[in-house]
Amino acid sequence: MLVVLIRRLMQSVVVLLIMSVIVFVGVYAIGNPIDILINPEADIAEREAAVARLGLDRSLWEQYFRFLSGALQGDLGHSFVHNEPALTIILQRLPATLELAAGAMFLAILIGIPAGLIAGLKPHSRLGKGIMAGSILGFSLPTFWVGLMLIMVFAVYLGWLPASGRGDTVDVFGVPVSFLTPDGISHLFLPALNLALFKMSLVIRLTRAGTREVLLQDYVKFARAKGLSESRVIGVHVLKNILIPVVTILGLELGSVIAFAVVTETVFAWPGIGKLLIDSIALLDRPIVVAYLMLTVFMFILINLVVDILYSLLDPRVRLGEAKA
Amino acid sequence: MSAPPPTLQVENLRTHFFTKAGVIKAVDDVSFTVDRGQVLGLVGESGSGKTVTGFSILGLVDPPGRITDGRILFKGEDLATLPPARLRSLRGARIAMIFQDPMMTLNPVLRIDTQMIEAVRAHESVDWATARERARDTLGMVGIPSPDERLKAYPHQFSGGMRQRVAIAIALINKPDLIIADEPTTALDVTIQGQILFEMQKLLRQTGTALIWITHDLTVVAGLADRICVMYAGRIVESGPIDGVLDQPAHPYTQGLIGSVPSRNKRGAPLQQIPGMTPSLLKLPRGCAFRTRCPRADATCHAEPEITTPLPDRAVRCYFPTLPDREAA
Amino acid sequence: MTTQALDPLTVPETPAAAAPPTPLQRFVSDFCESKLALFGLVLFLALIMAAVFAPWITPQDPYDLMQLDIMDGRLPPLSEGFAMTYYLGTDDQGRDMLSGIIYGLRTSLTVGAASTLIALLIGGGFGLMAAYFGGWTDTLIMRVVDLQLSFPAILIALILVAIMGQGVEKIVIALVAVQWAYYARTVRATALVERSKEYIQAATCLALSHPRIVFRHLMPNCVPPLIVVGTVQVAHAISLEATLSFLGVGLPITEPSLGLLIKNGFDYMLSGDYWISFFPGLVLLLTIVSINLVGDQLRDVLNPRLQK
Repeated sequence: MLVVLIRRLMQSVVVLLIMSVIVFVGVYAIGNPIDILINPEADIAEREAAVARLGLDRSLWEQYFRFLSGALQGDLGHSFVHNEPALTIILQRLPATLELAAGAMFLAILIGIPAGLIAGLKPHSRLGKGIMAGSILGFSLPTFWVGLMLIMVFAVYLGWLPASGRGDTVDVFGVPVSFLTPDGISHLFLPALNLALFKMSLVIRLTRAGTREVLLQDYVKFARAKGLSESRVIGVHVLKNILIPVVTILGLELGSVIAFAVVTETVFAWPGIGKLLIDSIALLDRPIVVAYLMLTVFMFILINLVVDILYSLLDPRVRLGEAKA
Repeated sequence: MSAPPPTLQVENLRTHFFTKAGVIKAVDDVSFTVDRGQVLGLVGESGSGKTVTGFSILGLVDPPGRITDGRILFKGEDLATLPPARLRSLRGARIAMIFQDPMMTLNPVLRIDTQMIEAVRAHESVDWATARERARDTLGMVGIPSPDERLKAYPHQFSGGMRQRVAIAIALINKPDLIIADEPTTALDVTIQGQILFEMQKLLRQTGTALIWITHDLTVVAGLADRICVMYAGRIVESGPIDGVLDQPAHPYTQGLIGSVPSRNKRGAPLQQIPGMTPSLLKLPRGCAFRTRCPRADATCHAEPEITTPLPDRAVRCYFPTLPDREAA
Repeated sequence: MTTQALDPLTVPETPAAAAPPTPLQRFVSDFCESKLALFGLVLFLALIMAAVFAPWITPQDPYDLMQLDIMDGRLPPLSEGFAMTYYLGTDDQGRDMLSGIIYGLRTSLTVGAASTLIALLIGGGFGLMAAYFGGWTDTLIMRVVDLQLSFPAILIALILVAIMGQGVEKIVIALVAVQWAYYARTVRATALVERSKEYIQAATCLALSHPRIVFRHLMPNCVPPLIVVGTVQVAHAISLEATLSFLGVGLPITEPSLGLLIKNGFDYMLSGDYWISFFPGLVLLLTIVSINLVGDQLRDVLNPRLQK
């Protein structure tokens, strides 16, 4: 177990290094930020001073190693635009994105698992088929398009829910959160639903497939033979067996939810790191772009690692290191 | 008149599966009786309908299968027409079942205590601690050492034999009147099989529980059962007291089965075989289902044979039974 | 699955008289079994026709500024303009939405198809190489494929767009980079199965050249799964391009795709001028759904044969 863990850790570090080179070298080849960052009216001396201050006059490799050694100390560069450390800006925006992602995951599970169960228990019923058709749509529709439709229907046409921003926030341990105020929740709901849609479809499919498989198992029939109520058979015997793979896969998807938040945050003007990325790309604020991409890749690798470990903790068969019969 | 009804009386049971490829008559006109404390051996090859018979009694036939005809009288109450809620309250409490493969019958992600206690609490409103006590005692009864600790374990921490003991304990925990055991020892080692058979017999004697032992293994039934029913292609072809049927089988299929048990043959003599293969239930021969493999079959057998009773306690479904010797029977 | 099993009377009429259907005929009749898929195909073909013949069927050339009248800006659908009826309304510059959408569809389909085709060639080539040569070639290619597939497509596309900047060819490159791995994996899996079969061994024994074995023998067998994956990937590519354009990091303003049209209308949507975003969105939706319907049916029809 320990050996596997160490090997996985080393693999992760190598991937991270490779990605840092690709991202850094790539991003630092975009246009010329001097043109937009420095007043065109400025004279040559001012211009050169600014270039030296931002470190743009060094060679690409020098800039990379400065960046890398900085990154190891938690310094991912200095934003050209905001004139603040890139990491600080991202960390300021991160709670909003994490809240959105958590809300999306919550909705995906809350709606996806019951819907998947119904579709798995009654695959030939009209409701079951309808749920599956819905999940196919959820897979194939572009996220931003669904977001637009949600805004059009619920915000513009019906006027039930706001279309942009975070609403009122409350500080919890110094971090502003929306989900504790009624106004915040009303702002969170549409973007979270939008972001959840893809994962919800995934949860529905996984749950349905799992249900159909588990229902055929002897232990379900044995549970029925014990005279258990149908709700206990489904709610405990079936569900507990399905939850393990579903939760594992959903955990793996957390990274992609954060990546997809870029789209949702742009549609709903949600002030998270995804919107920050799009704004920074447009402004050629390279340190922010690099910091965002590095942080996301890092998060991805970390999530994969954690899910691997969690999985072995969740499943009693894996936990005790015994082979499944 | 005043005699209590038998524990279980199955009359003309038919359970059919309505598949796209056609109707599969898994159980077709099956009747038998089990009295209190009696052990009935239900014998047949795989696919002969014996397991479906067991599930039909419990009302656990999966779609597209359903009971199309017949009565299943459990202490005088017809299970086939009982509302689902009432049937569920009998299931696990008055009628229990033990499955074939102990590796598959226990839920892998739930602890043993959860799986035992829920079986108690589904039928009686007792508190958790009382139910747990009963679970512990029952585990001890079926021969599981240090049951208190084992309750906290997960199924995968048990061997196959131990798991089957747990399954038996779950079946016994509510002191049922009838247990249906579907080849419970087939998946186990021979020595374990012997132990479990011994324990079962002991427990049945103690509790007076009736038992239907479903198996393809005549040797197991020989030492355990009081009566035997032999099934072939969804029908009972022969039934009677165990000794009578095994010593003087009337149906050619029963004779073939007995002949293919090695121990019953003399050393060195070639084993007898039943020629051919079990027919697909979708394409059964018209008339007697066994006629294509039967040495005695002729044109008469193209019509369905009726059940005859050559002796008061014996029944056989064949035009040409070997008539048992009255004195010996 | 056919009626054969259910109704024995209809089958044996004249079994020898009817010639057995060719694989193509069987494929066509299998495909047409699903009404929904047929509908998808017809819809998809109609969209392609509209895109191809855009200059001849659109009421106005949306990018000829001479034809635009700023006074006609943001007119709702079915408005009467100075020179024509705007069936789907106009955008903020007085551009006829119907014409704009058809031109946008043209761009979206072209970018989607081009990127899929290039990705198919590159990915397929790498997949074949991995399967045919095996060893470290295989390991290296598949490691890269696995690594890439462990990240969501949108993240990779964003990285590439951030690196390369905007432009039609850059978006195509990004879409190719996102897609090639799927083809590589599909082709490798199929080719590995084929490679172990006897006819390839026979071809090797005949000392046929590598390219000949690969292209004449190995490749044709990889075509059915590639068609299936390719169809679905076209929809993905169109959807991803639309997303990137919507985010403002996709196609440049001079080459407006459906995604960009939607983005343009987004600002006006909150004030109730829904049509500028809604109709391009509807066409995008129809495009993606129709391709998926066709792709699903193709998979169902082609799969049983792959398993044989």
